[in-house]
Amino acid sequence: MSEIDNRRLLLEKVLKEHNFQESALLEILHRAQEIYGYLDKDLLMDISGSLNIPPSHVYGVATFYSYFKLKKPGEHIVTGCLGTACYVKGVEQIMQAIEAEFDLKRGGSTPDGKLSLLVTRCIGACAMAPSIVVDDEVIGKATKGVVIAKIKSVLGGVKAET
Amino acid sequence: MEGLKLKLDDLQRVAEHEVDFQRAYKYRINVCCSSGCVPFGALKVLKAFEDAVKEFGVDKECKVARTGCIGTCSVGPAVLIEPGDYLYQSVTPEKVREIVRDHIVLGLPVKDMLYKNQAYFQKQHRLVLRNAGKIDPSRIEDYISAGGYSALAKCLATMTSQGVIYEVRTSGLRGRGGAGFSTGQKWGLVARAQNFPKYIVANLDEGDPGVFANRTLAEADPHAIIEGMLIAAYAVGAQKGYIYIRSEYPLAIQTLQKAIAQAKAMSLLGDNILEMSFKFDLELRFGAGAFVAGEETAILASVEGQRAMPRPRPPYPANSGLWKKPTLIQNVETLANIPLIVQNGGLWFTKIGTSKCTGTKCFSLTGQINNPGLIEVPMGISLREVVFDIGGGVPDGRKFKAVLVGGPSGGCLPDTLLELPIDYDSLTKVGAIMGSGGIVVLDDQSCMVDTAKFFTEFCVDESCGKCTPCRAGLARIKEIFDGITQGTGKMDDIATLEKSGVFIRDASLCGLGQTAPNPVLTTLRYFKDEYLEHIVEKKCKAGKCFKNEKEA
Repeated sequence: MSEIDNRRLLLEKVLKEHNFQESALLEILHRAQEIYGYLDKDLLMDISGSLNIPPSHVYGVATFYSYFKLKKPGEHIVTGCLGTACYVKGVEQIMQAIEAEFDLKRGGSTPDGKLSLLVTRCIGACAMAPSIVVDDEVIGKATKGVVIAKIKSVLGGVKAET
Repeated sequence: MEGLKLKLDDLQRVAEHEVDFQRAYKYRINVCCSSGCVPFGALKVLKAFEDAVKEFGVDKECKVARTGCIGTCSVGPAVLIEPGDYLYQSVTPEKVREIVRDHIVLGLPVKDMLYKNQAYFQKQHRLVLRNAGKIDPSRIEDYISAGGYSALAKCLATMTSQGVIYEVRTSGLRGRGGAGFSTGQKWGLVARAQNFPKYIVANLDEGDPGVFANRTLAEADPHAIIEGMLIAAYAVGAQKGYIYIRSEYPLAIQTLQKAIAQAKAMSLLGDNILEMSFKFDLELRFGAGAFVAGEETAILASVEGQRAMPRPRPPYPANSGLWKKPTLIQNVETLANIPLIVQNGGLWFTKIGTSKCTGTKCFSLTGQINNPGLIEVPMGISLREVVFDIGGGVPDGRKFKAVLVGGPSGGCLPDTLLELPIDYDSLTKVGAIMGSGGIVVLDDQSCMVDTAKFFTEFCVDESCGKCTPCRAGLARIKEIFDGITQGTGKMDDIATLEKSGVFIRDASLCGLGQTAPNPVLTTLRYFKDEYLEHIVEKKCKAGKCFKNEKEA
């Protein structure tokens, strides 16, 4: 309970910093996502009320930008870069291998909430393509084997050989 | 030196002091710590160098610096040792002792570890990236000692705002964000607008997948962007600026935040800049993953906290932009050119590149190529020189098939067009665009139908949905591609694709829709036989398509 209160206090501080201005909505959503991890319906309603703007507007902005997460992400997050360079270098095959190995679809999580597989349109590490990000660690020149071993290791299974 | 309020004359002194300070070192070891090299252990290499110079007792004559990108991103971590510009590739912490012992202590560069491909740099002309990989981006003194902020001082001390605009117009500089509009002309429009306050927005929403030039610039030389903005603000009469940056670039964000704080502390931003009656404030604004936000009216909506949806022009942002006030929007690469133009004069700039396209352009070179990385070349260089001389051609003995110029809405050009000079007009003529400078090389294992489908899917995802041609048209094109790549393609499809593509190009509201059909139209133009093969023979030579049938 106290953790929840703390988060609300942090959000309150952010709202005050921005003077409850409508034009700061994007910055506020960014900070809210940092604080809460994702933006659920209650949080969006809260922000809408605090800034005195319609919920539809807040929801519209939050869903327009792909960076904002509206669902609770898994404990560990794997992000595949589907940028041009990575695509040309065969990231699609790696993504399919991950989906098959851990039985989940891109954009979704495993039923136990341990692992989420997300897609991004470019992390800018194109010269090292293909790239897969496992819990903030970028794996460049990635191969199926290395990536799957790495995911297993963060999940607490077999140690990765890196 | 932080916290010192600089006056106009102080800049020179800071620069001289810093140059003296750096001369005390015989060697300078620049370790690239940009987003390309850090995932491969650059920070460990940096630490290893700091330890090794102490261990060998050469820390008094050897400066180890944390720098931005050198450009050879495929062989990171990269380390550049000056004097002599010795570039070491794929450096690991284990190799560091050997490099320090042989190169620094014994004076014998370790030949085995040096970057061998000299052609990679020979054909480049580094203006925008002049300091990249050579200065420490976290130290404003490094930038000042390399001549930084002297162009701003020159403007404030000796030039009128009209004088600055005159030089920029003379230089022939065109916007590097892709559209190629004359920068001097744009500045003139904003300067003439009689509505206050005025704003500047620096576009660092590098949404093109496969492009990382702006990120590299921000990570390697953030003050060049800030100085360019200051000069622009002086010229057009703006007092407030925003840098709109993608949130996917955490290191670039940190670097810029630090640079802005330093500039503020030294009175290069804020009220009374350099003790003159010139005022300019700068803030960062973060994008949130929307390709269309790079479009100039969409970026304004996003800075205002709205969905990044474009609106029709006119009114142009020069008259009615941010909060309906006159706004100058420039790509950061354009801005980084400005200090050089002011310092050396507009005429000097026209001697680089071609007569219609002056200066240089940064390109992110990726795909099936031997030397991917970030390059800066004079306008007018041929595609062949970029792909084969600088890029080293296609690896593993495969054959070159096509080069995609201009990002996901660029064009796929075949080998017969390799002699094409790279400039705005030549590229547009063959159906490609300069875009934000992405060059992706495809080899003979790529399927052009699959490639065009991939880019169409990207544009379908990123279409904001405001105008029908782009929203509905691209979705229809995607459906046709699904058919062709799954074996239900018909001969009519080719005509439908062509017709829809042209229609979307001509009828869409903004640059995204207007250029989205480019990959489809160029592949139809240059690689029609592959479409026929897919439709008639239900075959994909590259083995990318018809996956569903195989699995079933």
